[in-house]
Amino acid sequence: MNESLLQERNDNAREAGHETDTHFARFINVQKSYDGVELVVKGFNLDIRRGEFVTLLGPSGSGKTTCLMMMAGFETPTHGQILLKGDPINDLPPHKRGIGMVFQNYALFPHMSVAENLAFPLEVRRLSKAETKRKVERALAMVRLEDFGDRRPAQLSGGQQQRVALARALVFEPELVLMDEPLGALDKNLREEMQYEIKRIHADLGVTMIYVTHDQTEALTMSDRIAVFNDGIVQQLASPEALYEAPENAFVANFIGENNRLYGEVTETIGDRCQVRLDSGETVLAKAVAAGGVGARTTLSLRPERVSIVSQESDESFDNRFRAEVKEVIYLGDHLRTRVNVCGNDEFILKAPNAKGYASLRPGQSVDIGWSSSDCRALDA
Amino acid sequence: MSQSPSVPLTTADGVPLKTSLRRAVRRSKVKAFLLVSPLLLFLGIAFVMPIVEMLWRSVDNPEVSTQLSRTVTALEGWNGDALPDEPVFAALVEDLREGQAARNLGLLSSRLNYEKSGMRSAINRTARQLRAVEPPFREALIEINDTWGELETWRLIQREATPYTLSYYLAAVDRQLTPMGEIVQVPDHLKVHVGLFWRTFWMSAVITGLTLLLGYPIAFLLTSLPLRHSNLLMILVLLPFWTSLLVRTTTWIAILQSQGVLNDVMVALGVIADEARWQMIHNKAGTIIAMTHILLPFMILPLYSVMKTIPPSYMRAARSLGGKPFLSFRRVYFPLTIPGIAAGGILVFILSIGYYITPALVGGQSGRFITNYIAYHMQTSLNWGLAAAIASILLFVVIVFYMVFNRLIGVDKVKLG
Repeated sequence: MNESLLQERNDNAREAGHETDTHFARFINVQKSYDGVELVVKGFNLDIRRGEFVTLLGPSGSGKTTCLMMMAGFETPTHGQILLKGDPINDLPPHKRGIGMVFQNYALFPHMSVAENLAFPLEVRRLSKAETKRKVERALAMVRLEDFGDRRPAQLSGGQQQRVALARALVFEPELVLMDEPLGALDKNLREEMQYEIKRIHADLGVTMIYVTHDQTEALTMSDRIAVFNDGIVQQLASPEALYEAPENAFVANFIGENNRLYGEVTETIGDRCQVRLDSGETVLAKAVAAGGVGARTTLSLRPERVSIVSQESDESFDNRFRAEVKEVIYLGDHLRTRVNVCGNDEFILKAPNAKGYASLRPGQSVDIGWSSSDCRALDA
Repeated sequence: MSQSPSVPLTTADGVPLKTSLRRAVRRSKVKAFLLVSPLLLFLGIAFVMPIVEMLWRSVDNPEVSTQLSRTVTALEGWNGDALPDEPVFAALVEDLREGQAARNLGLLSSRLNYEKSGMRSAINRTARQLRAVEPPFREALIEINDTWGELETWRLIQREATPYTLSYYLAAVDRQLTPMGEIVQVPDHLKVHVGLFWRTFWMSAVITGLTLLLGYPIAFLLTSLPLRHSNLLMILVLLPFWTSLLVRTTTWIAILQSQGVLNDVMVALGVIADEARWQMIHNKAGTIIAMTHILLPFMILPLYSVMKTIPPSYMRAARSLGGKPFLSFRRVYFPLTIPGIAAGGILVFILSIGYYITPALVGGQSGRFITNYIAYHMQTSLNWGLAAAIASILLFVVIVFYMVFNRLIGVDKVKLG
């Protein structure tokens, strides 16, 4: 729907040269401290490709927003370098960076109409009146708010304000757009709708986006790559699939998706597998991902949907099989969310498909459960 | 569930809903009223009544109609072309005799003297010789004082016989009525008030402008500094509130007078010569400096309360969209602070046109405000009617400013923090 805009962007991309395409924006060993005592960001490294959608995901206070603000120019790195298209931008003031930004509460100027808000970045760039008008109209069309140019931001709904903020960040055709929890203030349905909208615009324009959120679903839905932050450090940088399927440490495993945890000690390593004796005494075979050698403490991480109830007639074979007591069953239509007590863990969750033979689960009942060692990841303690 | 609108809603036992509601909230209404009644009483006695009294006094005109009641009656139907006839003079003599016996001719003679100079001495001299006066009174009175032979005198008495007068208001704006009833300006050497009104207004405007110039950056700092520092700064802003007005004003005298701290320092530094010390006090400069200082918090606090509500992300957004710092400030931040500027401006301006003590202490002759003249008429010239008229004009101006402000900005924007 925005072919001309797309065309312009592609031209820009070609002009900028090929070598910046893989190193479009870079954080090199960036550290940030506000008080000279504590580091909020501890050695942040990130290479962003042109056109990529990268999400910085983490709990509040993990340093993700600080990184975004350093890219935007509102915070100065205490140490390290930030590069945009190969040039260091540490000392470049925000207004010279040409980076679009969507703020958490939109930051639409309340004393200007929607069209004036969108015209602001064009006016400061001294575009002609006609050019400004054309671009504003095109940007409004992009977010499907053609008829709202004369309204004040306060007269718009939250979702509409969000679209305006997005249009304003894009109207001056920046190559990089930063978003700081832009959907945080919207209700659930609208949030999902806007996720797809942003995704669509990202695909249409080919613009590079850095997105900050603490909502893992949002991150999984939208991103090409996700950097999971905790405690000022990137815990894992990977695609959504890799993050979910192959978390590299206990924090990521817990933070992304639901997760059963079992604690124990490594007793033996066989190839990429290891034998773990749990604190409750049982022995479990697991995939050695980040566990130490023999004798090291480890956390076993296991997704609920990878645990099966093993019935008598089942011919599935698992290298881990245990007797469990059903504690609680919640009916969710397509599956039964079942809490069981197994291996001394009272909070062990499994998702039993609502298929023949499963519906009879009752609290107090004893069942056999099993899982494959390849789904059970031995991580750091 | 819907009921036709013509049938009033009733509660379950048939009492009309409105009655029931009124009964239910009556108790709390009475309680609330009792709580505020001491304040209402105080406001009525200390605020409303003095203002009503002032407004009444500015038009009240009892002297002629009561103390010269016989004369006034006798003058009815007099057309003002020739001197009145004997009965009028006889009535005047009787009125004056009665007035002298009651010893209240002073008020009458002062009142008439405001309108026509020479009236006080005419009445006083006549009163002293009343005992010896015999008919025909017309000739006798003119013999005692020429004033009684002037048409103007009688026209004046006839004109001021009304119980209410606008002549105080005319005097307050340097106007007077001619004997023919036309409104003309008073002679130049008697013009005081209009010039003082203008001076009060323009100096108040300058003071308002200065407080804005000094207060805006401070208010901005207050909102942007880290809490620890901004608290300290807030204390510094509020400090003047905790010091007596008199102390602050006299401190400025100590600093600014020609043998004061500032001049001494400048002489010591060689900036100015000892014999060319600056005159910074007891003139307009003194009033402006001292009042700017004293009224500064009233500008800072409303500005602060507005700036506090502007999220820092607006300026960040403007910067990220490519606005240079000053342009971002001018296009985004400044327009959002206009309600605060207007609120602080109206507050400082209204306070300063009514300011009395500071101009009186540091204003000298040239830095006086109209308020100092109100005090003069209250305490020295004892022309309370004129003082009330000037004060009423000030009140009227303040009300007009307030209404304009309310229309343009809204009074709810005036907050002190």
